Amino acid sequence: MSDAIKAATLEYATRLGDDAVVLGHRISEWVSYGPFLEEDIAYANVSLDYVGRARMFYTYAAELADDGRTEDDFAYMRSDRDYRNLLLLEMPRGDFAYSQVRQLLADVYYSLVLPKLAQSKDERLAAVAAKSVKETKYHVRRSRDWVHRLGDGTEESHKRTQKAVDQLWGYTHEMFDMDETEQLLADNGIGVDVSKLRDQWHKEVSAILTEATITVPEDSWAVRGGRTGYHTENLGHMLTQMQIVHRSHPGCQW
Amino acid sequence: MMKQISLMPDEQYQRLQQRNNAEVKNLWDILDEVKDPEVPVLSIWDLGILRDVELDGSSVVVTITPTYSGCPAMDTISSDVKAELNKAGYQEVVIKTKLSPAWSSEWMSPQGRKNLREYGIAPPEDADLCEEGLTPEAHAQCPHCNSRNTRRISEFGSTACKALFQCNDCSEPFDYFKKI
Repeated sequence: MSDAIKAATLEYATRLGDDAVVLGHRISEWVSYGPFLEEDIAYANVSLDYVGRARMFYTYAAELADDGRTEDDFAYMRSDRDYRNLLLLEMPRGDFAYSQVRQLLADVYYSLVLPKLAQSKDERLAAVAAKSVKETKYHVRRSRDWVHRLGDGTEESHKRTQKAVDQLWGYTHEMFDMDETEQLLADNGIGVDVSKLRDQWHKEVSAILTEATITVPEDSWAVRGGRTGYHTENLGHMLTQMQIVHRSHPGCQW
Repeated sequence: MMKQISLMPDEQYQRLQQRNNAEVKNLWDILDEVKDPEVPVLSIWDLGILRDVELDGSSVVVTITPTYSGCPAMDTISSDVKAELNKAGYQEVVIKTKLSPAWSSEWMSPQGRKNLREYGIAPPEDADLCEEGLTPEAHAQCPHCNSRNTRRISEFGSTACKALFQCNDCSEPFDYFKKI
């Protein structure tokens, strides 16, 4: 592996780990607040899948970095400006409709990204992705069912679902951006060219939203910055909570 | 003469061959004592997460594959593997995690499936899958009364590997081990 590719792969694995840990943590916030017990448990399970995925990406990143850092250092010892996750994933959990709409947007995205990443020439990335592909099928089905149920539900649930879609839509454009790092990896058969997945994603998400009687928003605004470390204020608050124990007791093991 | 048709899936056959041909067959046998902490009727062999056992000098190298990305049982399993081998006199144990190929519920042994059913958990083949190949909304076979008149209560059960069903005939709720 050349130095340039190695550095890019380290950055890429970190981004994927950041995406997974941030969303995994956000949805874990529903645990004990779910609308009913089974849903509480379902969110806990989905959250675990994401956190597990984050661990595998961070473990690989730590190996590539080879500077003594561990997966825990990646998760717990970096500040918001060091995080490279998509902004969509760090938004606060909002109401249940907001969380489920976000989940749908993300789950459909990963259902397209992961099968491609599973073809990566990088064996580790491919292995982590292949493992996650199977789990994602279950995630997508659940978030799709919920968005159907909420959108095509009561007047109140429809209103909240539409509002969530309108509020989150501008954060989805960033998912399909390519920068030099990602382009280099895509050109070398390691990373996924996400810009090519946009139409498919739009088609699939639109079909689900339409079926749920939700209006698909126009592309009128877009916010970017997650991949370069410019985050919304929400991430800082989230990390404070997520990292407090580890930062207070560095190196502590359960 | 009649042709013998094997009912064992190829993957199972390969695993069995690997185990039977292993130079350290006794180590595989020792590890039969290590059970999934969340489903104690399944050994790590039955579950299919035990991928390889080798002896490297004086240390035992055990290769395992996680079931789900975030399966919290993996850490416990690793320490149980170490403890079991230590007990048998092997002091140095190295646990390797192998991610590829990704674990599949197809790897579960026939004995494991039987144990699972007797324990009250429907194994993957006790449900006809939906079009997408995922857990159906109904008709997984009840492990208590064998009725197919059942319905899915929750897609995600008490652990990531299970969904929750209820039987309409005997009214008992039961876990179904998801196909993945």
